[in-house]
Amino acid sequence: MNKAPFSVRLGRTLRSMIPGLLLLLCVFVAALPTGLPQFADVTPFLSLMAVYYWGIYRPDLLPAVVVFLGGLVQDVVTGGPIGLMALVLILVHAVGVSQRRFFLGKSFPVEWWGFGLVTLGAGVVAWIVASLYFVALLDPKSIAVQALLTIAVYPLVTRLFTRASRAVRPA
Amino acid sequence: MRSRGNAQRAAMPLKGMVQRFAFVLLIGASLMLLVLGKAQNPLVERFRSTVFEVATPVLEVLSQPVIATNRLIDEVKSLFSIRDENFRLLEENERLRRWHSVAQGLEQENAAFRSLLAAKPLPSTAFISGRVIGDAGGPFVRTILINAGARSGVRTGLAAVTADGLIGRVIEAGRRASRILLLTDLNSRVPVVLEGSRYRAVLEGDNSDTMRLTFLPNAAQVTAGDRVVTSGNGGVFPPGLPVGTVTSVSGGQIRVQPFAGYDRLEYVRVLQYAFPQPEAQVRDQSP
Repeated sequence: MNKAPFSVRLGRTLRSMIPGLLLLLCVFVAALPTGLPQFADVTPFLSLMAVYYWGIYRPDLLPAVVVFLGGLVQDVVTGGPIGLMALVLILVHAVGVSQRRFFLGKSFPVEWWGFGLVTLGAGVVAWIVASLYFVALLDPKSIAVQALLTIAVYPLVTRLFTRASRAVRPA
Repeated sequence: MRSRGNAQRAAMPLKGMVQRFAFVLLIGASLMLLVLGKAQNPLVERFRSTVFEVATPVLEVLSQPVIATNRLIDEVKSLFSIRDENFRLLEENERLRRWHSVAQGLEQENAAFRSLLAAKPLPSTAFISGRVIGDAGGPFVRTILINAGARSGVRTGLAAVTADGLIGRVIEAGRRASRILLLTDLNSRVPVVLEGSRYRAVLEGDNSDTMRLTFLPNAAQVTAGDRVVTSGNGGVFPPGLPVGTVTSVSGGQIRVQPFAGYDRLEYVRVLQYAFPQPEAQVRDQSP
């Protein structure tokens, strides 16, 4: 048993919370009023990026339960069906974690391409579940635009995540 | 470069099994919540309102810098158009002054007629103002969050308006914040009336930018440009609130464009409208 000093352990705990807090931040930031016309309907799916990114690089710091809770918070904040985003994020997390061996050490374009596939899949799942929930064939245009925007800004957002992941790397 | 996560080299079989079990469990939980939520299970509703109470203060704080930035951008933009804006306002002011005197005359005339007919005055409307703190919604729902809740008198069902007209109704009232379902949402239904012809109809949202006019009598004549206002039917909204104008009538579909633009919403007013009650009820309530 190597017992580190309290301050070190506290720092380690706090740093290990960063991915979870970032996920929550993503949920809230996406809900902020931007003042841009029509933007609220197609705001990039920030939480999806967080879940995919941490699922590949540090799944130990963003466990499935935290992903699930983050999805529920997003459902409440957006006012959508409770469980919809939780389901989508859990599925993305499962894909990220199960395919991480493939992505680790690969170049960024490969990771981005993987993210593109995952986002499109998530969009289709969300659209089907929401259509069933509302018992209506929802217009897929908004979600399609949202998915494309999400894929487009992925490199930018993950740059921030990379910064954060340097902070949480074990010493 | 991006090479990290050399920890946890190979997952142990037991850990993998636990992980898989957790996935299945959580997916099942999500699906169950969806089904329970659809059935409006009270537990799910309570969960929703609890998280809502905790989440809205966070949104309120985070929205401050965004709003400040937006205001700054607006201010800088307006600097460039001050001259044109001034001309426009002078012109508008002149026109409004003319209208003002017309309105004063009509008001007096109206009051005189009302007293002649001994008509009941319409109940007065108080309002609560709230700042928009969340423009959430995403691709499937059209809602906004404001920072006024039950503490300031907001209740579910009340109408929300801007200076331009009706924008929606309160569907969730927390203590300090509430959620407004916009007219354009898939689940929004508002009883309206065509202002000129007095034909009644229902205004339905379908998640697009405009709304659909339905349940209009077959004989009704509708043309683009007709104004649509609330009818007050069903006891949800006060009558006569401006809603929008008919933009197109084609193939049996009548589309209505809302007066209130949703993209630049900053402050919203929630109307506290007291519906006239039947005499018997009023008598019951008085001591």
